[in-house]
Amino acid sequence: MKGEMKMAETVDARGLSCPQPVINAHKKMKETGSGTFEVLVDTATSRDNVTRMATREGWNAEVREEGEDILLVLKK
Amino acid sequence: MDDPNLIVGMERAEDAGVYKLSEDLAIIQTVDFFTPIVDDPYMFGQIAAANALSDVYAMGGKPLTAMNIVCFPIKTMDISVLREILKGGLDKMKEAGVTLVGGHSVEDSELKYGLSVTGTIHPSKVLTNVGAKVGDRLILTKPLGTGIINTAIKGGMATEDSIERVTRCMAGLNKRASEIMQEIGANACTDVTGFGLLGHAFEMIQGTGKGMTIDVASVPVLPEVMNFAKMGMVPGGTYRNREFRINKVDIDTKTSPYIIDILFDPQTSGGLLIAVSEEKAEELVKRLRKEGIEDAAIIGEVMGDSEERILVQ
Repeated sequence: MKGEMKMAETVDARGLSCPQPVINAHKKMKETGSGTFEVLVDTATSRDNVTRMATREGWNAEVREEGEDILLVLKK
Repeated sequence: MDDPNLIVGMERAEDAGVYKLSEDLAIIQTVDFFTPIVDDPYMFGQIAAANALSDVYAMGGKPLTAMNIVCFPIKTMDISVLREILKGGLDKMKEAGVTLVGGHSVEDSELKYGLSVTGTIHPSKVLTNVGAKVGDRLILTKPLGTGIINTAIKGGMATEDSIERVTRCMAGLNKRASEIMQEIGANACTDVTGFGLLGHAFEMIQGTGKGMTIDVASVPVLPEVMNFAKMGMVPGGTYRNREFRINKVDIDTKTSPYIIDILFDPQTSGGLLIAVSEEKAEELVKRLRKEGIEDAAIIGEVMGDSEERILVQ
């Protein structure tokens, strides 16, 4: 069921201070190789840092801000 | 404060307070303490002490005595950690020729260490942030990037070499740099700490009707910092510093955005930023390098600019 309901897996990095969200997102990139996943963060610093890391690793990062939380969609 | 003996007080973002005791003697007072930035407690003690002492050096003064400030989680942390921190601090004070005269400790859930430092200076020799003249060269005495590297260390991304290099940099005293600066004669000085190079550089021109240029190619930067910046190992303070002062900065279009982050990176125990006349600038850099301050470099120039802006080129 879960697989059908969710479009992509999510790395929840809310409440974590830098650089942990970057480390967690980077780990997921390595595991995934290519495809799509989401990263949920709650600070502008985490948003910018995860976006940087993604760009450097050749992933496309799209920012979707959702209230307090910020959703990043990473694609490769 | 309208005390006629107060030479430097709280009205500007100065590094330390200076108070005239007599016609040829002023006292300098400063306090600084923070949470650990490296795992090694002995090195943390050294860095915290070097950082606290730096505020006296940035005024061009000579630190004489210091007191320890300790916040320690005695219930959850072994007392040997504190011993190592205090040993590191004391060794750094000895290197600086400073006498430890006391201190105060409180129990706290988070470890913190630092010093309250007292120094002296001749009242006419005080070097504040302001005082730079048009045409002065700006000299930076330590490489930038400690905030970014410390973030990379937390993330387990930094190599042993990188950790060793940044630790040595942060534990380095600004003592000789300050002494040489006073021997040769400078117009203004501050140390580069939490607001980053551009944040502290702006303090030098704020309210003075001057501007400055920063030549990015000349700015000393620790190894691997650029790479870590691209990897997103950027502390929140860097972004906050940039947001706070970016409206005062003009950036040449060729400049990489990562360089701007490095110029705003908060520094722990950073170097001195010195404004010195053009005629003395080369001599000062030569002397600094000769005495082991190898990264010292001329990084910019003070300009006439009523808009008080910094041009990064």
